[in-house]
Amino acid sequence: MPEVASSGTAAVTLPTDEQILITREFDAPKHLVYRAYTEPDLVKRWWHANRGEVTIAEIDLRVGGKWRYVAVAHDGTEVGFHGEYREIVPNERLVSTETFEGLPEGVSEEDGTTLNTVTFTETEERTLVTLLIEASSKVTRDAIIDSGMEAGLQDALDLLEGVAKSLR
Amino acid sequence: MAEPRRRQILDVLAGGERPVNDLVHVLGLNQPQVSKHLRVLREVGAVDVRDQGRQRLYRLNGRALKPIHDWVKDYERTWSERFNELDVVLEELKQKEEGDAGSGK
Repeated sequence: MPEVASSGTAAVTLPTDEQILITREFDAPKHLVYRAYTEPDLVKRWWHANRGEVTIAEIDLRVGGKWRYVAVAHDGTEVGFHGEYREIVPNERLVSTETFEGLPEGVSEEDGTTLNTVTFTETEERTLVTLLIEASSKVTRDAIIDSGMEAGLQDALDLLEGVAKSLR
Repeated sequence: MAEPRRRQILDVLAGGERPVNDLVHVLGLNQPQVSKHLRVLREVGAVDVRDQGRQRLYRLNGRALKPIHDWVKDYERTWSERFNELDVVLEELKQKEEGDAGSGK
């Protein structure tokens, strides 16, 4: 697959046992990136990841306000996510909870909820977006990561912060 | 507090196979401490060991790490796809804004 020339791919790391960090730079000022992140009609246009269609994007952009995204994959599979805004600093920072609506059995809604912080940092009309996903426990984060790994490997996960990066 | 040290060990081993003495030197810990971390790493299958002469050489267990590597790559792909689409949206917003500025709105 060819490299994306303009801004490159998203970088994913596992900074601690409970975290997933995604970073990416965009060739646009931060107020526009913020709009694309907070206006439902715009969110619908990019959040699908080319795996289907975003059928619902609801955003009540105020502290305590709810959001919900539903996407339908090409094979008909529907996935939903919802949460609540905890902190809103326009053009700078969004903190919200996120709950996957198809949590594996045995994971409570509370355990299955992550705290997501998106920050928009602008330098010379380019914007660095960082998305930090924090789970309440390693178990939850690993459930997110869940890829049918054996128990022993699950234990190994927490040791791999830098390694995931170095294997790229 | 042990855990950051184990991460450090994995970082060092990501650069290639190393004898214990090297790890002792790089981490600035004593040998029993390093050996203890290595034992844990072996137990969870993150590292492999082999003897070469009088030395014990440690290396990352690539096969064990592969699922994690695969997950990270897959997750990265999803977000890259999303963000590539976001590039398109942003380009359009930029042009619209420039257009508005140009027409004095």
